[in-house]
Amino acid sequence: MRGPDDAPLVVVYADFECPYCAVVHEHLRDRPLRIAFRHFPVRSKHPRAWAAATAAEAAAFQDAFWPMHDALFADQGRLEDPHLWARAERLGLDLERFEADRRSPEAAERVKDYFTGGIRAGVTTTPAAFAAGQAVDARSAEGLAALDALP
Amino acid sequence: MNPAPEFSLTTEDRGEFTRSDLLEHTTLLVFYPFAFSPVCTDQLNLYQEVLDEFEQRGVRLFGVSCDSLYTQRAFKEHLGVTIPQLSDWEPKGATCRAFDVYHPAGFPQRALVLADPDANIAWRHQEPAVDTFPGANLIFDALAGAR
Repeated sequence: MRGPDDAPLVVVYADFECPYCAVVHEHLRDRPLRIAFRHFPVRSKHPRAWAAATAAEAAAFQDAFWPMHDALFADQGRLEDPHLWARAERLGLDLERFEADRRSPEAAERVKDYFTGGIRAGVTTTPAAFAAGQAVDARSAEGLAALDALP
Repeated sequence: MNPAPEFSLTTEDRGEFTRSDLLEHTTLLVFYPFAFSPVCTDQLNLYQEVLDEFEQRGVRLFGVSCDSLYTQRAFKEHLGVTIPQLSDWEPKGATCRAFDVYHPAGFPQRALVLADPDANIAWRHQEPAVDTFPGANLIFDALAGAR
């Protein structure tokens, strides 16, 4: 979760290999919104999405979820293991710990929990957004405009 | 009681899959318009992701379309999914018609049919729009209700 406490809350289900998700990320990043990011990696569609999601969670164990989140979206063409290590190094993370954490059951469980929550909320594809309890079609210009217009 | 109709589909290895194959299993038939089309791709990818949860609930999933079995096999391989496919190729769309999901333009409507182990239709869903597909939550809700 990031953004001002009193800003409108937007819950975003996304995966780091999804280009539409990167567009939404760019669109929302400097808006006065409180963003809750939730993983929704679909492996058969995006083979590296799961690895990227667990990498973000491993970074979270070192208080660097958002820097890793931004670094992943900033370069979606590079999501192989060495690219993940390079990001962790650049962010000043303890690399050994990062490597162990991203393969840990705890990281997998976090990602899976978000995914399951998304399924329960009726998410079918990414990016999916919810604001004020309503689903917003974040893939459409109208949906992004609706997020911009949140009070 | 709403018995499933008699029908015949072709399996990936050219076998036959009929109403009697529904017996003794809980089965979800996932009717989709076309192999390789964008929305169908997302749909099978998503269901693949929660396939283990369907299996834990004792449910078998099958993709059903009017594509040939070769197309379906290539589609499955292309996606990297394991959901078995059933072809409604000849006479084209006969099973889709029997289940009342045949689109007049010549393809299956996007629909889900849940059959219980007595080959009764326990639940069905037809997606109202062509560019969306039913979330897996609807299926889990249906399974919870059917028990």
